Amino acid sequence: MAQVKVLVLRAAGINCDMETEHAFGLAGALAQRVHINRVIERPEMLEDFHIMVFPGGFSYGDDVAAGKILANQVTHHLSDRMRDFIAGGKLILGICNGFQVLVKTGILGRVDDVCDEQMITITDNDSGKFEDRWIWLEPSSEKCVFINPDTRIYLPIAHGEGKVVFKNSGVLNKLKADGRVAFRYVDEQGNFGGFPVNPNGSTDSIAALCDTTGRVLGLMPHPERFVRFTQHPHWSRLEDKARADGRMIFENAVRYAEKNLL
Amino acid sequence: MRQWRFEVYGRDQENDICAKQVIEDILELGINSVEQAQSAKVFLIEADFDDEFARRVARELLCDNVCQDFCIGKTTPPAGLAKATTVEVHLKSGVTDPVAQSIITAIEDMGSSCKSVMTGRKYVLFGELSQEQTSRIIRRLSNDCIEDVIIGTEAEPPSPLAEPYEFQFRTITITDLDNAQLEKLSKDMDLFLNIIEMRTIQKHYQSLSREPSDVELETLAQTWSEHCVHKTFKSSVDLEFEGETIHFDNLIKETVFKVTEDLNKDWCISVFADNAGVVGFDETDAICFKVETHNHPSALDPYGGAATGIGGVLRDPMGTGLGAKPIANTDVFCFAEPEKSFDEIPKGLLHPKRIMKGVVSGVRDYGNRMGIPTVNGAVYFDDRYIGNPLVFCGNIGIMPNDKCFGDAEPGDLVMVVGGRTGRDGIHGATFSSGAMTHEHETIFSHAVQIGNAITEKKVLDTLLQARDAGLYVAITDCGAGGLSSAVGEMGEKVGVEVDIEKIPLKYAGLNYTETWISEAQERMVIAVKPERLEEVGEIFAGENVEATVIGRFTGDKKLTLRYAGEQVGRIDMEFLHNGVPKYSRKACWEKPAVTEPVIKAKDNYNDDLLRILSSYNVASKEWVIRQYDHEVQGSSVVKPLVGITNDGPSDAAVVKPKFNSDKGVAISCGMNPFYGDIDPYWMAMSGIDEAVRNIVCVGARPDRIALLDNFCWGDCNKPEVFGSLVRAAQACYDGAMGFEAPFISGKDSLNNNFICDDGTEISIPATLLISAMSIVDDVNKCVTMDLKNSGNLLFVVGLTKNELGGSHYYKVNGSLGASVPMVDIKVAAKTAEKMHKAITGGLVASCHDCSEGGLAIALAEMAFAGGLGIEADLRGVIKDDDCSRAEVVLFSESNSRYIVEVKPENYDAFVRLMLDVPLGEIGKVVDSKTLTVKDSAGKAVVDIETDKLKQAWQKPLKW
Repeated sequence: MAQVKVLVLRAAGINCDMETEHAFGLAGALAQRVHINRVIERPEMLEDFHIMVFPGGFSYGDDVAAGKILANQVTHHLSDRMRDFIAGGKLILGICNGFQVLVKTGILGRVDDVCDEQMITITDNDSGKFEDRWIWLEPSSEKCVFINPDTRIYLPIAHGEGKVVFKNSGVLNKLKADGRVAFRYVDEQGNFGGFPVNPNGSTDSIAALCDTTGRVLGLMPHPERFVRFTQHPHWSRLEDKARADGRMIFENAVRYAEKNLL
Repeated sequence: MRQWRFEVYGRDQENDICAKQVIEDILELGINSVEQAQSAKVFLIEADFDDEFARRVARELLCDNVCQDFCIGKTTPPAGLAKATTVEVHLKSGVTDPVAQSIITAIEDMGSSCKSVMTGRKYVLFGELSQEQTSRIIRRLSNDCIEDVIIGTEAEPPSPLAEPYEFQFRTITITDLDNAQLEKLSKDMDLFLNIIEMRTIQKHYQSLSREPSDVELETLAQTWSEHCVHKTFKSSVDLEFEGETIHFDNLIKETVFKVTEDLNKDWCISVFADNAGVVGFDETDAICFKVETHNHPSALDPYGGAATGIGGVLRDPMGTGLGAKPIANTDVFCFAEPEKSFDEIPKGLLHPKRIMKGVVSGVRDYGNRMGIPTVNGAVYFDDRYIGNPLVFCGNIGIMPNDKCFGDAEPGDLVMVVGGRTGRDGIHGATFSSGAMTHEHETIFSHAVQIGNAITEKKVLDTLLQARDAGLYVAITDCGAGGLSSAVGEMGEKVGVEVDIEKIPLKYAGLNYTETWISEAQERMVIAVKPERLEEVGEIFAGENVEATVIGRFTGDKKLTLRYAGEQVGRIDMEFLHNGVPKYSRKACWEKPAVTEPVIKAKDNYNDDLLRILSSYNVASKEWVIRQYDHEVQGSSVVKPLVGITNDGPSDAAVVKPKFNSDKGVAISCGMNPFYGDIDPYWMAMSGIDEAVRNIVCVGARPDRIALLDNFCWGDCNKPEVFGSLVRAAQACYDGAMGFEAPFISGKDSLNNNFICDDGTEISIPATLLISAMSIVDDVNKCVTMDLKNSGNLLFVVGLTKNELGGSHYYKVNGSLGASVPMVDIKVAAKTAEKMHKAITGGLVASCHDCSEGGLAIALAEMAFAGGLGIEADLRGVIKDDDCSRAEVVLFSESNSRYIVEVKPENYDAFVRLMLDVPLGEIGKVVDSKTLTVKDSAGKAVVDIETDKLKQAWQKPLKW
């Protein structure tokens, strides 16, 4: 039987590629880690894959700004290929640093597909420092194929630059109208709040954005870090031993690809 | 060609995080006249851009147009604000600037090119400032070891391009020098060689009838430095102790090494031989562990010193066998207490709060970027660390069983992989072997190394590919002593020749000696068979990692150094590695005149409990822990913070290094410098017992514990200081033997004393860090320390004795005491074994090590971590006869004790299992969030809401 193929991008400083490959493997896909240099040398290889992932890490040391150098590289070497990839009905996932890259390439950072200007960015946490903590996420998009619109999930974040901000106040309304806000930070009961419920001061508590097709998702939290029960921060207190909220993201993506792309 | 200047700043000045931090930093200096600050990033790019392209670089690369603005050229402070001070900070010429490198590549991606890039930070401070205040602020905002500061807006920083080096061969005349001249030479050249060593070298060259070249002398100094060769630990010792003289031919061989030899465990694969100690993990893989210190550099440049500390220790597993993959970091720090006025800080020292913040950020930025979870650690505070903060960085790696050994053979090529060599870190090894003085900051600024984690990450990614493809036959890391030590060690058995001019440089101008001994970071050395050269080169080039052949292993057992074809050094490997004179040292130790204080008994100990919880050593380290990524690699099982709200203090960490196996690795540590003030022997025993307890608490196997020792001591030329080290080393033997837990690696850092400008000396307390690593057979059975359910029963396992000496109870009451906790090693080992059986048998709901602060603190931590309360009764505690007073039972820090929560249905099985170890039932878990402890008369000596306890515990370091 044909299998969904996932390209997990590697580059200098990307450091969540192994666990992301593993998470897609658990979801039944065939994931392969490929260095950006190989993709640039032979961009047609993207045709062989159904899902492309920009994993977490510190691509190029986050020099200049988080994700910026890799985004610049993708923009100048792969932008047509990326456009084709999305137009071909395929899926792109950006996790943490990968989300930052997708925003800064414009793929998730633009608001209108016709306007070339980046209107969204991700910047320093209000706390001014890197933080690793677990947070609750409320889904808020009907169209994003990666998420279950009715399931609140618990995942870890680990970043210093995770605050989503907009160039002007019109951007948020447009994103909401387009169903592009995929997850928002909430507490366990689903209420919005300040720090640490919203761990970085993100506008409107936004934790994840998708594009207008719903097939490109960028999120600050790390779903690949909760694909096994004993990754939960207090699993030793829990009764529900099957729980691993992050798996849903990978399973949804692979199921979608199986149904639509194989 | 023109130098383009770009300034990039946040559009929303009110929310300028960097500016806010600057104001905070300035307030911490006691200066409150700066009302507002602005910050900007500065980029100086030398290139042939036209105006249009320059604007594109700004808009598309340097500036984030959503939230930032840019200016090409210089911005001036807003008109009308005359009281503005402009400060610009740039890296000194030659200091690695990773951002600059990324920008060069990015401009190439944009289809253009540039000659050089420099980056800097600009601050505009608004408010009245005196010259003295400005210079204090500058010291805070910059580090003059590595950075230049420009005040005002006129000057531009110097161009980074250095003058080329013109080769000139240098010999040093030593054969006819007298002792005084030899000593002066050693001092003038910063060799840190003593007179006996200088004489040994002199004799050697007299026998060769020639003078050494500068590079030969430097190579000997590096290789013979305390940092590299551990002369003190290998010396023969006569210890005067309790009226007897105990003799050791070789201290370390007869203590720490000996216990490993005597235990002779078949799971020890490579111990005290390689860059890290290697033990078995499962059928296919082995794990290795190394803990290093990076104290001296961190005192001068906390951020850079700590970053290169973690960067350096990561290269140890990478350079062990044929290379291991790092899977977990551990970091332990010792600082002076952070709340201090600047008047209390001796000249030449940084404020402890700045040191702590810098060290934590350094470890954070390097460890997080490398993608290695930092899962374990500790922070200790004592004002004697003010001159010499201690920074212990450790790493565990995993490697296939068939990659645990490597060997270079004659004909193999020497290849340096990774970062380029610069002038940074010169004399790091020798510098870190001496005492610090108030002048060190200026004299040894060049000894500070500059790290770039991404370079190391690239090296790691490619090395593991080359290892798995079998493309090299030996590897080691460039650490202290740089290439001189790395290549010298690799070629020890066969001999090696190096063409120094082939070593890639960061910039021109380095002479051959500087190149050879530089401790520039992120470099590994591998031995490659000539026929594999092309393949190995492809792997590195494929991911933009520089790899260069610089020499060849020969078979002549000599170290031969050439520069552009001319021989500049030739040393016998035998003399280089075994020529260092052997010392015999005097050591003595006497019990200090310490006594038990008399503290009036109280009706209620809530206050003492609160004070201990909020003392720096016990207080929550969440501020530190959360800045570390402890979950990257997706391997975490027991995290450093546990409990219902993920903020309780875990005893140890557990990671699961393989996706397809439920086997885990547990990591813990033990350390208590206060006990050493009473008796270093019992301090060391307690450290071992604590590390074992911690690791057993989470479910790791007590029969697979591997230990590491890190000795940090003061001036060991003083017999009484050295004597305390010898006593601790003796305890290492006894403790490890008792637990059958071999030492597999270790390191020492001596001369951690600071000489103030008035001549007074501040020496650190004797500090022994014991790190432990063990195996968890099934991670699903791990246990955490947070209370789980009301109605469960609570037990104290282990005997409580009247041992308040060195305790936190005495400390908060202003005394040290004399009755230091001891260890009954047989009982301790038995207890650990039984605890493990109980945990893996599923009988334990939660388990916490009883250590700093004693029973009361452990109960408090378990309660608030679980969001539950406790009703306990001290009558249940198994104790010695002289423990009649409540405060003794509450706060004694007796070793080998565990607090255990057991479900009622497991009561019988648990009690039966624990039959032959001291076991006392002390109470139960309750829903109400209150900790109540009754004394022998049934009176509540502690009765307090756990929320209050938690607040007190969290407040001190909630920065």
